[in-house]
Amino acid sequence: MRSDRGPSAPIGLKLAATGGLLFLHLPILLIFVYAFTTEEKSFVWPPPGLTTQWFAVTWNRPDVWQALSLSVRVAAISTAIALILGTLCAAAVSRTKFFGRETISLLVILPIALPGIITGIALRSAFALAEIPFSFWTIVLGHATFCVVVVYNNAVARFRRTSGSMIEASMDLGADGFQTFRHVVLPNIATALLAGGMLAFALSFDEVIVTTFTAGQQQTVPIWMLEELIRPRQRPVTNVVAMVVVLVTLLPILAAYYLTRDGDQIAGSGK
Amino acid sequence: MTSAVSFQNVSRHFGSVRAVDAVDLDIVPGEFFAMLGPSGSGKTTCLRLIAGFEQPTAGSIAIFGERAEGVPPYRRNVNTVFQDYALFPHLNVLDNVAYGLMVKGVGRPERQKAAEEALALVRLPGYGARRPGQLSGGQRQRVALARALVNQPKVLLLDEPLGALDLKLRENMQEELKSLQKALGITFVFVTHDQGEALSMADRVAVFNDGKIMQIGTPEDIYQRPKTRFVADFVGSSNVLPPDFVQRYAGQHRWGSLRPESIRIGRANGQGVAARLVSTNYLGATTRLALDAEGLRLHAIVPAGAALPREGEAVVLTFNREHLHLMDELG
Repeated sequence: MRSDRGPSAPIGLKLAATGGLLFLHLPILLIFVYAFTTEEKSFVWPPPGLTTQWFAVTWNRPDVWQALSLSVRVAAISTAIALILGTLCAAAVSRTKFFGRETISLLVILPIALPGIITGIALRSAFALAEIPFSFWTIVLGHATFCVVVVYNNAVARFRRTSGSMIEASMDLGADGFQTFRHVVLPNIATALLAGGMLAFALSFDEVIVTTFTAGQQQTVPIWMLEELIRPRQRPVTNVVAMVVVLVTLLPILAAYYLTRDGDQIAGSGK
Repeated sequence: MTSAVSFQNVSRHFGSVRAVDAVDLDIVPGEFFAMLGPSGSGKTTCLRLIAGFEQPTAGSIAIFGERAEGVPPYRRNVNTVFQDYALFPHLNVLDNVAYGLMVKGVGRPERQKAAEEALALVRLPGYGARRPGQLSGGQRQRVALARALVNQPKVLLLDEPLGALDLKLRENMQEELKSLQKALGITFVFVTHDQGEALSMADRVAVFNDGKIMQIGTPEDIYQRPKTRFVADFVGSSNVLPPDFVQRYAGQHRWGSLRPESIRIGRANGQGVAARLVSTNYLGATTRLALDAEGLRLHAIVPAGAALPREGEAVVLTFNREHLHLMDELG
C-alpha cells in the first residue's frame, strides 16, 4: 500500500482522463473485434455474427506467411546491424572526445527525427543513382537507418551512467581490451542493448513508409495489410494479422520497458 | 639500488597544456610516497603515467628498472585504488576482489581463497556475497584496496583515496593505510591535495605546482624548510614574508616563511612588529588570528583559551629568529 496517497482527483478530471484513454485504445479493440466477424466484405457495426474461422483461413494463406517471414527476417537483420553499429557509435561518442563529436551524435539521431518519407525518398534516389536493384537488402538498409538510432540512444544513456574509471580499473587489474569488453562493458550495457534491440525490432516490424520506397515487389506485413484493405474479400484476415502484429510489437516494448525502468528511458520509442 | 619508480625528464602535454613538465623523480622501494599539490598541478597525471593510462610526451619512466613507455596498463605490475573506487556494480564483492586473478586465469577455488584473504586483510571478512551498492563509502574503499592488493603489485597507486570519506573515517583510514603499508612492505604512491594527510602518512612528499615538482623531502623538510614561496604557502599556510620585511628583522634580503604557530602576540608597547588584530577565528583546540602588520596580512595560531586582545586593537608580534625560515627563491 502506498502511504503517500494524495487527495483524490475531482470527478471531472477522472472522466476526462477515462475519455482520453478510451479514445486512444477503443479503435484498437475494434480491430480485434472485427477479426471475429462473419461479414467479410465490409466492416459493419455491430458484427452480424462471431466466428473464429478467419484464424484458420489466415493460417492457410501463403501470402500471409511470406509477408510475415520477410518482416521477421528484415527486422532481425536490421536489429543485428543496429546493435553492432549503434553500440560502437555510442562507445565512441561517450568514451572519447574528438572533433565533430556533437555533429556525429546529431547525424546519428537525425533519421528518427526526419519524416520517414524523406528517408525513404532519399534512400530510393540513392539506390537508383548507385544502380542498386531493390531487394531484401535494400529494405534492411532502410530499416537499419532508424534502428541504429534506438540502439544508439539506449547505449549512450547507459555508457553515460557507467563510470569511465571502471574500464581503466579493469585494465589496471590485468584485463586486456577484449577481456574488459567481455567481463565489464558487456554486462553493464547488456540490458540497455536488449531494450534497444527489442525496440528496434518492433520499429522495423511495423514500418511502412521507408519500406514502400526501398522494397521492390516484396511485401512486408504492413505493406501487405495496406494492399489487403483495398480488396473487398476476406477482410477479417487483415484483422487477424493486425492482432498478431500488435502482439509481436507490443510484447518487446513492454519487456524493454521493464528491463530498463530503473532510470533509463526508452529513447525513441515514440516513432 | 633500483628505484621503485623512476621519472627522467618526463613531460606529458595535452595540446598546449603542460600537465607534467620535465619531472625527475625517484621513489625508493618500500616507501610511502605522497604527491601533494592543488588540483591541476599534475600529480594525478603523474600517477596515471605510472599506471599506464597516460604515455609521456617526452622523457622516460622505469618501474623497478624496467622501461614502462608503451607498456599497456594490463602488463604493468602496479595496481590503482581509484578516487571513485570504480568497483564493478554487476559483480559481488568477492568477484570484484578476485577480478584481477580471474582475468589472469587463476582457478575459481584458488582465486576465491585469495580474495577472502584480501578481504580479511582490509577487515571486511565475510562481505564477499554483497554487492558494491550495498556498502558504505568506507567499505567500498576497503574493497577497492583489497581488489588491488590481491594482485600483489610491486607498487600500489592511490588516487585521493580518502577524499570522499568523512573526517573521522578519514583519520582511521590514514592510520590503517599506514600500518598496512608497513606490514606489506609494498611501495605506496599516494596522490592528495590535503597537506595534513600527506605530512601525517608519507615517508617522503613531492609538492607539485603547474606540472613541476617544487620540492621533494621528508614531511619535516617540507614543513620546516620550504624551498619556495609556493611550498611555504601551500603546506600549512605559512606566512610568506617579502624580502624587505625579512631584511628588517633578519638582516638578509630574501623571502622568508614564518609558521603561524611561531608568532606570539604581545602588548602594544613592547618590542617587535607593530600590527593590528583584524579578526579571530575559533578552531576548537586553537584560535586563528588574522593580523595586519603595516599592510602585510599575517596569520597566527594560538592555543584556545589564551587571553586575546579585542579585534581592531593594536598588538606587537614577536617570534624566535630561528623560526623565520629563509627561502632559496629570490625576488
